[in-house]
Amino acid sequence: MTSIKEKIYKWIFATLAFSSLVFLIGIIIVLFKEGMPIFKEVTAFKFIFGKSWYPTYSEPEFGILPLILGSIWVTLGAIFICVPLGVGSALYLHELAGHKQRAILKPIIEILASIPSVVFGFFGMVIVTPFIQKLFHLPTGLCALNGSLILGIMATPTVCSLAEDALSYVPKSFREASFAVGANRWQTLTQVVMPAAGSGIATAIILGMSRAIGETMTVLMVTGGAAVMPHSYLEPVRPMTAAIAAEMGEAPMGGSHYHALFAIALILFLVTLVFNIIAEIISRRFRIKLGLSG
Amino acid sequence: MKKNITQNIGFLMLFLCIIVTLIFLGSIIYFISARGAKVISWEFLTQGPRMGMTQGGVLPAIIGTFYLTLGAILFALPLGLSCAIYLCEYSPKSFVVNIIRISINNLAGVPSVVFGLFGLAVFVNFFKFGVSILSGSFTLGILALPLIISASQEALMAVPQSIREASLSLGATKWGTIKNIVLPTALPGILTGVILSIGRVAGETAPILFTAAAFYTRGYPKSIFSEVMALPYHIYALMTEGTHPDQQKAIAYGCSLILLFMVLLVSGIAIAIRQRQRGINA
Repeated sequence: MTSIKEKIYKWIFATLAFSSLVFLIGIIIVLFKEGMPIFKEVTAFKFIFGKSWYPTYSEPEFGILPLILGSIWVTLGAIFICVPLGVGSALYLHELAGHKQRAILKPIIEILASIPSVVFGFFGMVIVTPFIQKLFHLPTGLCALNGSLILGIMATPTVCSLAEDALSYVPKSFREASFAVGANRWQTLTQVVMPAAGSGIATAIILGMSRAIGETMTVLMVTGGAAVMPHSYLEPVRPMTAAIAAEMGEAPMGGSHYHALFAIALILFLVTLVFNIIAEIISRRFRIKLGLSG
Repeated sequence: MKKNITQNIGFLMLFLCIIVTLIFLGSIIYFISARGAKVISWEFLTQGPRMGMTQGGVLPAIIGTFYLTLGAILFALPLGLSCAIYLCEYSPKSFVVNIIRISINNLAGVPSVVFGLFGLAVFVNFFKFGVSILSGSFTLGILALPLIISASQEALMAVPQSIREASLSLGATKWGTIKNIVLPTALPGILTGVILSIGRVAGETAPILFTAAAFYTRGYPKSIFSEVMALPYHIYALMTEGTHPDQQKAIAYGCSLILLFMVLLVSGIAIAIRQRQRGINA
């Protein structure tokens, strides 16, 4: 009697355990099913490399290169901010902060990582936008630079937290060996600890990038939303996520525009999937290298 | 000698990095608190919007966010906890388990707007729930699932193996051991995960854009099939729609402060619990 009950419980848990897999496959199926019909109207090549995005014209054009470049520009700009700040802060926490300081700063940074993206976007709109507009004498402060700045600040706590974890996995013996041959703390940090944690830090950066590319609300609110080929960081752009969020409300269900937006989401999904897989592979190697269990 | 100058400069740079980071993030909190506090009043917290979104309060948006978050957790917690129990307590190390782990990791990396599209296609259109609390809760629940699973897994793995063995050796069954011994011990850790997910879910905007949110609803939601106002969406809508940008901006400051306060409080509590828990275990 009890053994039947035990088996039933086991089966319930086993079934429910597949929920993540079901949802992931569900997402893939939905994106393909709703996104593929657009390729009956334009070729995949023209879709990805077409330079004009005019989905609502009577002769619509579905070229998403401006949107892809918008995402790439904003993300690259964000990396210039979040990598130095995030990794630098992690090194500070790891090497220079005393035990007490670290016990306070680390949780603060983790808490800051939970600030909602819409709040960052709002801050960008009301504080950073007028500032950029005055500084560069622009017609509008909503531009790629603004997006990069806000996205960079937003990703910094995540990069810092993950990089700090990676640094803390480096065995103490590495440092001691370095000190023993006469290196000072800076040399030990840059030439022994950082290379040892290098792939862990790389994982942190890739995950930060993946998050930045997929981030929606901030870029929707601060990049200005012009779907044109980007020429300068001081001009408005429209990244892929912003295009989906801004246009889905107006796209008639089942129309070409609707399918095109799902196709953009499909590309976005595949890009972040690749990033996550690379991060996974690097972090697995990192763990093996330092003799940690997978 | 030169060695030490390099070291001092290097350390100074690192110090600057963390100072700049804290200043940036601190200034966000400062500006929103300072300007939001002027707007917050008893009326702001307890009434609906009036006069075409230029006066009154944001209570419907607060209530909407509460319903959406509650719905998401009610959906994600049983699924996530069961998954964690299976992976930690039952699973033989196998191919299937590896696939489940990989899918959890990848689900965690899916951009939030993609969850929104999934919710639109599946819950709103396919199951015909419409733009509603139900659709929004399911969408947010799927987003929260990986968070809840990994937090529960961490909590279950922190339960010492010896306690399980002691229970089994006294003749308790596997399920009895899990129910009476493992889960109560892991409860604080699981709760931490739930609280962290609440903080994340309450602030998400992109997944509810097309599945649940409305800029203005008359009165309060009547059933799980009504569309709702929600705080994060309300901030976005106030800044991008409507006809009175200046008055709306002031209300958006107030909403941002409420949201920021709620999310920081909730994740602060969770991180404090986790910090203490790790201290005890270590």
